[in-house]
Amino acid sequence: MKLSKYGQVAGIALAGALALSACGSDQAVDPEDSAAAGDVDCVEGGGTLAGAGASSQENAMAAWKAAWEGACEGSTLEYDSVGSGSGRSQFIDGAVAFAGSDAALDEEETEQATERCSGSEVVNLPGYVAPIAVAFNLEGVDSLNLKPEVIAEIFDQKITKWNDEKIAEDNPDVDLPDSEIVPVNRSDESGTTENFVAYLSEAAGDAWPHEVSGDWPIEPKEAAQGSSGVVNALEGGEGTIGYVDASHVGDLGTAAVGVGDDFTEYSPEAAAKIVDASPAREGNTENDHAIELDYTTEEEGVYPIVLISYEVACMEYAEQADADLVKSFLSYVNSEAGQQAAADEAGSAPLSQETRDALQETIDSISAGA
Amino acid sequence: MTTTDSSTPARVPTGRRRIGDVIFANTASGAGALILLILAGVAAFLIIQSMDSLRANTVNFFTTTDWNASTREDPAFGVAALAFGTVLAATIALLLATPVAIGIALFIVYYAPRRVAALLGYIVDLLAAIPSVVYGLWGVVFLVGQLRPFYDALENYLGWIPLFAGPVSATGRTMLSAGLVLAVMILPIITAMSRDVFHQVPQANREAALALGATRWEMIRMAVLPFGRPGVIGGAMLGLGRALGETMAVAMILSPSLVISPFLLQSGNQTIAAHIALQYPEATGYGVSALIAAGLVLFAITLAVNMGARFIVARRKEFS
Repeated sequence: MKLSKYGQVAGIALAGALALSACGSDQAVDPEDSAAAGDVDCVEGGGTLAGAGASSQENAMAAWKAAWEGACEGSTLEYDSVGSGSGRSQFIDGAVAFAGSDAALDEEETEQATERCSGSEVVNLPGYVAPIAVAFNLEGVDSLNLKPEVIAEIFDQKITKWNDEKIAEDNPDVDLPDSEIVPVNRSDESGTTENFVAYLSEAAGDAWPHEVSGDWPIEPKEAAQGSSGVVNALEGGEGTIGYVDASHVGDLGTAAVGVGDDFTEYSPEAAAKIVDASPAREGNTENDHAIELDYTTEEEGVYPIVLISYEVACMEYAEQADADLVKSFLSYVNSEAGQQAAADEAGSAPLSQETRDALQETIDSISAGA
Repeated sequence: MTTTDSSTPARVPTGRRRIGDVIFANTASGAGALILLILAGVAAFLIIQSMDSLRANTVNFFTTTDWNASTREDPAFGVAALAFGTVLAATIALLLATPVAIGIALFIVYYAPRRVAALLGYIVDLLAAIPSVVYGLWGVVFLVGQLRPFYDALENYLGWIPLFAGPVSATGRTMLSAGLVLAVMILPIITAMSRDVFHQVPQANREAALALGATRWEMIRMAVLPFGRPGVIGGAMLGLGRALGETMAVAMILSPSLVISPFLLQSGNQTIAAHIALQYPEATGYGVSALIAAGLVLFAITLAVNMGARFIVARRKEFS
């Protein structure tokens, strides 16, 4: 796991170096040369595109940046991963052309942002879907079947022993120890926590009576900073269980989550399916693609615990250059190559063809005001 | 904030003042005024920005432990648990670091051969230069894992003392771990201050003690420690100031929760600085303003400690 981490970093560094050298050379770079880029619609003359927001997208952004900049000479992406909240307010203030956000803009923010978009529509476009894994450190156990209610009670500190009947019931073949369960949550406010808690409150019903927010709602047994911190804490203690972005899981055991009567192991494909299985958010404007995740879905093969991160953009920009750059970059993000690059780099779930087609239609109609 | 120096600067001879003198005097006093302005500006910023949330707060800010501030309606947050955690972490660090620092300082000044002393002094200064995030990494990746068996033993033998009551945290990310790392961080500050005052103990005092038949230990106890006490206390206070404000290392190591808990071997407690660092990136609603209010409390605590330290250091001068 350590090695592959370094591999990733090296990969980014290499891609970055390539992109830089591409910028420096006088020869026009043929987009076909760069396998990761695929077909990219570049803006003639290039320019600098500024974005800010969710740190969950940071790794994917690095991959997108490298490929997009490599394919489009003169184009630069500056993405500041300051967190979703700051990203949204920077977007509303007009400091950046697009925001990355783990939550779609709410009504109040949409209203404020409409002003920033010179009166045009503000759209939330799903760009990054990452499975959240329920990971644990239990000697000799690689996988457990856990129903939503059981997961909720474990994290609510109601089920305190690994050999509790409720766990054993769904795992007849696993030899569960009589040891204490130590749930680990994020100590910083995060989109991962928000999505995980939202899942618990929807899917587990009465078993999870707490409020949904990016802050862990109850007094934690153990908490750690960031995904790496949680994984570090999980690995550091026997009998620990926590929730992390799936790309961080490493050698830890993971839970197959109960969906309907079945249990689904996390995989990028299974996680992408929830986007297709979920309805659009109520009250969406024509081009808005905000999703109301359907955590209670009983469709087979769906992994329901995911984090969706949106790219928030205007349908109409005041400046032609902004509109063109946003269009060019988001088209790449939304392309098959872009989604695959993020999957390779950050372990995200590539959006399905169907979803991408619908999104592309919206992206294509982004324009500059008269 | 500034120490008053007993020796007044020599007056410029009266007569025609040169233009260079005027400019220099003005820039110097300007620089002096600037630091006061910055301090006042920071305080004003903290007070103004925190008012918004403090007014909207539905509970008592100083007695509440919960933190529900990232909302636009009825925020309810308080700094009680945070202030407690901040002082607790700094106190643990101080209690662990001060005796060791005094030991190191005495060794450097009175026991070590000159060459070893110079090298050791250099190494101690080097410790102070390590960034706190590096201490944090070391603490979380290496140290907490190593501490587990030690904590188990502590609980086994001293568990009857409430401080060390079990069950021991499964991951070792406790207040005691954070305090230990903070202790290592403030060690060089206290050591450097102590070393300097021990160097200043008058030769006559020490020789008098030795002449009366005192052993080296007795000489240190009778002549060095009483003379150096205010300096050591001043150094400890400066270290305390650093420990109070330390952010990264605590945020990385501690498994926080907003409770007032005296159980050092269990996870729990949180410091103001680490709380701000962890909550700010995703804070919405009154969240940011509430965090600034917490910052104001930290500012006040740190200021009080620093002023205390300056006061003690200044008083020492009167004795010498």
